Amino acid sequence: MTKVAAPRPSLSHRASRWFSRNLIRIYAGVAFFYLFIPVAYTFAFSFNDAGKSNLVWQGFTLENWKNPCGAPQVCESVVNSLQIGVISTVLATILGTMIAFALGRHKFRGRKTTNLLIFLPMATPEVVLGASLLAMFLNLRINPGFWTVVIAHVMFCISFVVVTVKARIASLDPRLEQAAMDLYANERETFRYVTLPLVMPGIAGAALLAFSLSFDDFIITNFNSGIVSTFPKFVYVSAARGIPAQANVIGSAMFFIALIIVIVGQVVSRQRKKS
Amino acid sequence: MAFLHGLSKSHTDSGSGLKRRSLTPYILLAPGLIWLITFFIIPIFSLASTSTMVRPEGSQIGTYVQELRFANYIDAFLVSKEQYLRSFVYAGLATILALAIAYPLAYAIAFKSGKYRNILLVLVIAPFFTSFLLRTVAWTQILADSGPVVSAIKVIPFIDETFRINNTPAAVVIGLAYNFLPFMTLPLYASLERIDPRTLEASGDLYANGLTTFRKVTLPLSMPGLVAGTLLTFIPAAGDYVNAAILGNPNTKMIGNVIESRFFAVVDYPTAAALSFTLMATILILVTLYIRKSGTDELV
Repeated sequence: MTKVAAPRPSLSHRASRWFSRNLIRIYAGVAFFYLFIPVAYTFAFSFNDAGKSNLVWQGFTLENWKNPCGAPQVCESVVNSLQIGVISTVLATILGTMIAFALGRHKFRGRKTTNLLIFLPMATPEVVLGASLLAMFLNLRINPGFWTVVIAHVMFCISFVVVTVKARIASLDPRLEQAAMDLYANERETFRYVTLPLVMPGIAGAALLAFSLSFDDFIITNFNSGIVSTFPKFVYVSAARGIPAQANVIGSAMFFIALIIVIVGQVVSRQRKKS
Repeated sequence: MAFLHGLSKSHTDSGSGLKRRSLTPYILLAPGLIWLITFFIIPIFSLASTSTMVRPEGSQIGTYVQELRFANYIDAFLVSKEQYLRSFVYAGLATILALAIAYPLAYAIAFKSGKYRNILLVLVIAPFFTSFLLRTVAWTQILADSGPVVSAIKVIPFIDETFRINNTPAAVVIGLAYNFLPFMTLPLYASLERIDPRTLEASGDLYANGLTTFRKVTLPLSMPGLVAGTLLTFIPAAGDYVNAAILGNPNTKMIGNVIESRFFAVVDYPTAAALSFTLMATILILVTLYIRKSGTDELV
């Protein structure tokens, strides 16, 4: 008769327990995999020695990275997208921040209507926004082109700026401003030296969001750009006959630039919090 | 995009930081609101006006005159009812798929990520730093007939040799779900993150098992995020035409594809306008019903 030891869970039992305890983490890992495969593909195919069609892997090369403007019209479209993005971002950030301050810091009649007017463009499908603007331009006999795209981008970016900046204003401690007033700062000084610096990260985030929305927009742009090409439009048009690998270079470079900006932003804001 | 939460309760009129009535708010509001009225509201009326126009006999292509022909709507609907219905089916399926992926993901980030939370949040939006069109084109490579996914599935016995994903409805739905995933994940995360973990412990103390806790505590508390996420996925998905154009085939065309081709290939502005207007009206009705039903009126 052997002594029976305290029952130890078998290996398979322990494995299944570990599995069920970490199920949600495994699931999240798979979800991240799903999120990143297309990015990995875009990056990998930027090194493809593709010739005309970049659909099948044909061999490794650095040529596309050395010469990102090598394919016709890639860089022209990127330059257009950058110009449209910068102008739209500046305008939308100024207009949206002003609205956000009105909503977050002032009492006025028509608050509900204003909120609705901000919300509606975000709740309208892009194809409707694009088609209705084009319908107006056509009815007014205005030829769509560079500036009609800017007008359209500012329009749909304003709402996103307002909600981002407004959230930041709402999270401020009103006592900070009261303290400034107690220390004999007038309204303008309080705004200049206390409120604005505190809201600045929100404004910067809103501007980044506006720029990326503008740079990446295709549907509204396609309706209102006439013969002007933007980067997304270039990709869409060339998708049928094969996208040059240089487009993948641009896409991958954008990815890393944006990632660096976000990481630097996070580090800076964390250090500010510490100090 | 946690913005819908920022809207919810942040500032009521009695809020402490609000200043008394003056002219300042109107000066702050005017330029932006004028922009929105000129380039969002007025165009909607322009669209409505175009939708009842008629092309006069023998006139140039692209010339239309107003004749208040409301039958345009019936004609437009009859030529595209298939694509119309399909848009809502695909958008619905894509929303469900995105929810199935995003909910556990948001839950893991909110409750299981510890100090890596911020990094994981950046990773959720990071894929969207590359062009959305390039990512959609990448899906055609991933799902290609000789690509990794199809080859892997073909290993399973009884799978037909002709099995494919590219250019099928499945590819369009996968693409749609993928493209709007952050819009689902971030609002869900924002509402899950607000849940006090002690409420979950309390539920356990009261002898609820994991499933009951989820059904009675976690899920109801995450409802605002779930509603915002599904709307932010469903609305753009229903109007999208890029995924159907790149990942689909002629039989998977959605209403957006019809509107685009009516505008540019056929130069039939009234039909395109009537379809856009119907799409917007349908979505507004669906959204209103959905918000009513889920009892989260404070979203707007």
